[in-house]
Amino acid sequence: MDGSRRAFLKTAGCAILGAGLAAPIARTVGGAVSADATPGELKAGRWAIVVDVRKCLQRENCRACIDACHVAHNVPLIKNPAHEIKWIWKEPFKDTFEAEAHPHLDKGLAGQHVLVLCNHCDNPPCVRVCPTKATWKRADGIVMMDQHRCIGCRYCIAGCPYGSRSFNWQDPRPFITTGIKPEYPTRMKGVVEKCTFCTERLLKGLAPACVEVCNKVAGPGTMTFGDIRDPGSDVVRMLKTGFSIRRKPGLGTEPQIFYLV
Amino acid sequence: MLEKALHGSRRYWTLIGFLSAVALVGVVAYLKQLSTGLVITGLSRDVPWGMYIAQFTFLVGVAASAVMVVLPYYLHDFKAFGRLAILGEFLAIGAVTMCMLFIFVDMGQPTRVLNVILHPTLNSLMFWDMMVLSGYLVINVLVAYVTFTSENKGVHPPSWIKPIIILSIPWAVSIHTVTAFLYSGLGARPFWLTAILAPRFLASAFASGPSLLIIFCLVLRKYTKFDAGEEAIRKLSEIVTYAMAANIFFVLVELFTALYSGIPEHKHHFQYLFFGLHGHNALVPYMWTSQFLAVTSLVLLLIPKIRTNFKYLFAICVGVIAAIWIEKGLGMVVTGFIPSPLGKVTEYGPTLLEGLITLGIYAGGFLIITLLYKIAVSVREELEA
Repeated sequence: MDGSRRAFLKTAGCAILGAGLAAPIARTVGGAVSADATPGELKAGRWAIVVDVRKCLQRENCRACIDACHVAHNVPLIKNPAHEIKWIWKEPFKDTFEAEAHPHLDKGLAGQHVLVLCNHCDNPPCVRVCPTKATWKRADGIVMMDQHRCIGCRYCIAGCPYGSRSFNWQDPRPFITTGIKPEYPTRMKGVVEKCTFCTERLLKGLAPACVEVCNKVAGPGTMTFGDIRDPGSDVVRMLKTGFSIRRKPGLGTEPQIFYLV
Repeated sequence: MLEKALHGSRRYWTLIGFLSAVALVGVVAYLKQLSTGLVITGLSRDVPWGMYIAQFTFLVGVAASAVMVVLPYYLHDFKAFGRLAILGEFLAIGAVTMCMLFIFVDMGQPTRVLNVILHPTLNSLMFWDMMVLSGYLVINVLVAYVTFTSENKGVHPPSWIKPIIILSIPWAVSIHTVTAFLYSGLGARPFWLTAILAPRFLASAFASGPSLLIIFCLVLRKYTKFDAGEEAIRKLSEIVTYAMAANIFFVLVELFTALYSGIPEHKHHFQYLFFGLHGHNALVPYMWTSQFLAVTSLVLLLIPKIRTNFKYLFAICVGVIAAIWIEKGLGMVVTGFIPSPLGKVTEYGPTLLEGLITLGIYAGGFLIITLLYKIAVSVREELEA
């Protein structure tokens, strides 16, 4: 037995391990990230969307918001429901609001489809469970994704009570049938994605694509985007016009998509 | 010492060759998954975790069960486990390695897995799971190495290893508790949202792990000169009996709360598991097989004449492992996703490639265990010669 060689390997191994651990620990302890302001950027204390279900339901087959969003963000169109990617879509009322559904509910409403998207929760479980901080909550409440850091463990999907997150089971690019929009990055296989409240548009002073197109197609106020912390904002004003509900409020996630019913 | 693994009988090399071949097939299948993506698995939007994560969960239990040998031997000075302790530690090393591989193959972007350490996230249970699992591997490698080399040289292990051995006991409990917390802290998945999950995991672990150890002991007794001792095997079978009784009790406790309260979001998962939901019932036959095996094994274990007969005991241990594997390695993970939060019932079944990758990892793990056991057996045979 070569005792000195073994001793050397032991020491070298410990040294490498120690050096490797030092860097991330130092990074965790120090340093906050600061973002520079962009002129003309839309800003808020807490972004929220109000969906007026009463108006939305009048246009049963309307897909304007879905198409606008998915085209703008290079969301692939995958036919197999097992591997679909969805940022905003429609679900039956009785499944979206199962606590509100009952056997005597107006048949029209029970069978209707309502819009669903990421709720940008104030207390997001996806952020709580992510092991790499690849998903996080911005100061203005938007729950963001870093597809370059995501390891694809899908823990956030398990943690989301709304099914709002999609995983790229394969390379999504061949499925972008409407032509890749170079203004927005495509994703790679093995990472999670979801609605971002169009942060790229907010930077330019524009409302999210879904809201913009919806108000054109279905009339103003069908979808409203604004600062829920600002008592004079459009979203706060809309919430005063009727009774509003949120998805699974009992879980304490504090969803920021409000539905006027 | 390691060179002992390089000399063996024809039977030994056949086993090594077989396990290596299966592991290699797994590697090739994994390369396909690596290039195409997880689309080659049976996973879906609604059921994002399946075979891999379930095997990980099952094997964390096997790894943790080493404590059932270490605790009586080191804490209570139960001499009969003297020869068994090293087998338990080696089994833990193999099992933890498999756990890590199962997590690795489940990653969408495996090359980024070190991001978990580069960006440590204290609020994520997955971060903690990675910490406790790698810690457990280090502890077991260290303890096994130090105690085994000391024994080999005929000296007492150095005194500094004792606190590390003691530390391994709560650490073993922690790996399975943290693994249960991965699931039981999610408001989105009512099936897992139960405080009994961690105790249940531990009880089933302490039944399945020692059962596997009994099987290994009986095989070694038959084919080598390594004899763990009748008393040790008997004691292990008593541990399996108690753990199995606790496990069945915990399952019944859980069923009572879910079914008697009748709260739909809790009830539906168990309905799917045992009776099927909206015409989907892929897991139903497996779950009833599991329950039948669990109860039958326990009844047989409770009869001393049967439990102490090693021929019967071998079969019972196979039954216990099968029962718990179905429960944890098949039913526990995917049922958390069925029905989905939007009320959809999407079933899951592994694909061929997914199965080959799974078998490959098992073969790799058992290869490690075989090599380590071979070293233990050869050293023991030399000492006794």
